[in-house]
Amino acid sequence: MSSLTARAVTARYNGTPILGGVDLDVRRGEWLVVIGPNGAGKTTLVRALSGAMASGGQVELGGRSLAGLKRREIAAEVAVVPQIPVVPDGVTVFDYVLLGRTPYIPYWRMESTDDYQRVASELERLDLAGFAQRPVTSLSGGERQRAVLARALAQDASVLLLDEPTTALDLGHQQQVLELVDELRHERGLVVISTLHDLTFAAQFGDRIMLLVEGLVVAEGSPSEVLKADTVATYFGATVDIVQGRDGPVVLPVRVRR
Amino acid sequence: MSVAALPLTHRRLRLWPALSIGVLAVAAVGSLVLGPAGVNPWGAVVEALDHLPLVSLDSGLSTQEAAIVWQIRVPRMVLAGLVGATLAGSGAAYQGVFRNPLADPYLLGVAAGAGLGATFAIVFELPSGVIAPLAFAGAVVAVVAAYGLARLGGPRRTGATLILSGVAVAAFFTALQTYLQQQHADTIRQVFSWILGRLGTTGWSEVRILLPYAVVSWLVLIVHRRHLDVMAVGEEEASTLGLEPGRVRLVVVAAATLGAAAAVAVSGLIAFVGIIVPHIARLVVGPSHRRLLPVSLIGGAAFLMVADLVARTAQSGGELPIGVVTAFVGAPFFAFILASRREVGA
Repeated sequence: MSSLTARAVTARYNGTPILGGVDLDVRRGEWLVVIGPNGAGKTTLVRALSGAMASGGQVELGGRSLAGLKRREIAAEVAVVPQIPVVPDGVTVFDYVLLGRTPYIPYWRMESTDDYQRVASELERLDLAGFAQRPVTSLSGGERQRAVLARALAQDASVLLLDEPTTALDLGHQQQVLELVDELRHERGLVVISTLHDLTFAAQFGDRIMLLVEGLVVAEGSPSEVLKADTVATYFGATVDIVQGRDGPVVLPVRVRR
Repeated sequence: MSVAALPLTHRRLRLWPALSIGVLAVAAVGSLVLGPAGVNPWGAVVEALDHLPLVSLDSGLSTQEAAIVWQIRVPRMVLAGLVGATLAGSGAAYQGVFRNPLADPYLLGVAAGAGLGATFAIVFELPSGVIAPLAFAGAVVAVVAAYGLARLGGPRRTGATLILSGVAVAAFFTALQTYLQQQHADTIRQVFSWILGRLGTTGWSEVRILLPYAVVSWLVLIVHRRHLDVMAVGEEEASTLGLEPGRVRLVVVAAATLGAAAAVAVSGLIAFVGIIVPHIARLVVGPSHRRLLPVSLIGGAAFLMVADLVARTAQSGGELPIGVVTAFVGAPFFAFILASRREVGA
């Protein structure tokens, strides 16, 4: 059973420390949600774990360090759904999802029939088959996010990193995307690490929640352990009521009457 | 969707290379049979075919006419094809690797460097055979300087840093070129004629110079067409997909520069081809470089053959500068394609 382990992950931007040594352990099939106020270093953590930026510390997958691996070897293990994916104008859904096969195609070669089949089956799985030849830019927000997810799945990686995967989606589509990720992680035994702004969604979908503040982990544990009204007040500067819902704590913003 | 349904779409798109080869063939025959000398058109085609390996035909042309076909028209047609394909292919590659629709083969200083090299050779009255090598050297030096300058920016350098470095280097080289030109006003006409670009050639020497560079450039770009599609999502996403963006950029820029520098060295600065042909190709076959690059190469060859034909024949008693024709023919054609554009892949 492989799992993702990170020890003392640090990162700097223009000399300023952004991550001050983050430790995390996520098993296969487990979903860790990283929460934190703006500027806490959540996106930087995703970038550091994916190897997209230089970082300090150790990241291991199933006991194997990612540090010595080539880019394509990392991409075969770790797939990323960026917060705002770059979608080239006019590129079709099929061609876009095909990009996920990059780690498996030798440098001098083109895709094989196996790659096409893999893309076709991911499109089928995510109900995108009918959109295969449509430009990604013509899709609605929810469909587009499914296309980005399909690309990540086509990478066949055991770790799925999602940076605010519900940005720019309406409530229904936010739910649908998160439910989809939840199904997929059980189906395929994925290690899922996502950042989320919505604390209620974080509580409903995360097995565990990590609260990141100024690049440091200030709380980690089950949703009900981490999400407390005073914690949210201290680190988010928000006044909330925490209500116990069917699937975990529900975070309700309340107005501050002066 | 069944997997079996996929190849159909791909087959439809495979028509485009075949179609562009058809256009290229028409352009080639056109530039073979038309010209001021009034050679029998059929005879001109037969004469050209006669030179193919394993083909032996009697064109019925006089020795002089045969020489016009084989020593003037055919090499010029081939040169136009090589230059057009190389500039258009390089343009498509630069636009892809920098994700910038305004990029052209001259983006990183090829034009300014080549201009300086050629001006140097002209104003110091070096032998005419030296102009092309110096133009080539100037172009390569300019791009290497742009890369070196971008490297000073440290490890976080991106495509944008490189473009800015190219702008700085180009400005510097252009300033030197203008200074040289201004100090030697007697040669200004020659310098300008070089800068406007021309395909005037007798015999096969330019083709022989350009061919090896062009072929290497095309092959490397064709091999990287899949990588350019990955680069289209930006460098960070490309790297999380398993690509080394810096390496791909270096290889693609090197190949595109090599081709463009060699093309410029033999033909001068022919504008418009490198930017407009890839855009026309994009409107027709969509943004994927798998189709865009081959179609740009073939389309560039056809486009410059037609432009050269117009340059040679439009005005009796003299040639129009080819750079003028490329813009004059290209701009309305581009407008036509743009107006009749349909959503590709919809």
